[in-house]
Amino acid sequence: MAGAVVPAIRIQREDFDVAAEIAGLTKGRADIGAVVTFSGLCRDEQGTLSALELEHYPGMAEAEIGRIAAQAVERWPLQGLTVIHRHGKIRPGENIVLVVAASSHRQAAFEVANFLMDYLKSRAPFWKKEHLADGSEGGWVEAKEADDHAADRWKKPGE
Amino acid sequence: MSTKLIYFAWVRERIGKPEEDVELPSGIETVADLLRWLKSRGEEYENALQYPDVIRVAINQEHVGHREKIAGAREIALFPPMTGG
Repeated sequence: MAGAVVPAIRIQREDFDVAAEIAGLTKGRADIGAVVTFSGLCRDEQGTLSALELEHYPGMAEAEIGRIAAQAVERWPLQGLTVIHRHGKIRPGENIVLVVAASSHRQAAFEVANFLMDYLKSRAPFWKKEHLADGSEGGWVEAKEADDHAADRWKKPGE
Repeated sequence: MSTKLIYFAWVRERIGKPEEDVELPSGIETVADLLRWLKSRGEEYENALQYPDVIRVAINQEHVGHREKIAGAREIALFPPMTGG
């Protein structure tokens, strides 16, 4: 199995370059047949948001995403995995999170990107606060029950 | 032995500080005991922990349930449900 894959986990304030991250996984290799990337962006549907401020738990954020990524590596035949989550103030249209999953065949890469995001949403210690365009604080974004259910669907029988 | 408590998001805002070291009184054995004791420490704690069921807890940077024993915990974090991703 793909025991040698060590996931790359980065928690950072700076933006990331999706193309560079894909190249980082695939460069110089001929054994990867599929790369799936998921990018999560800061969204402003109403035109009222100035920025999201992402607070995180330093240390645990890396550790928890590492634990989720380790599960993915154990469960699917992967050739590479990169997860980046930003913190600090992020404006509408900017990147928040990136998952890059590489495998021989597409199914594993698709599933891992999906799995990672479902778990990350409900278990990675990050919290979003809204800052509104009129200068006021919009409050903390509430967790969605649907995100917990999304993670539950990956549980194996008996878990 | 003192224990470090860390707060995030609206739990941090309502308690009014990001972290503190506390001496836990005897009889505080589980996470649920800790939440009950903290809640009695003043108005700001009462505000933050009004609905203890929604509070998520990590011991030494790993998620735990409210029935978890806290013996040996160096660092206990209290926070709302997470909204990353």
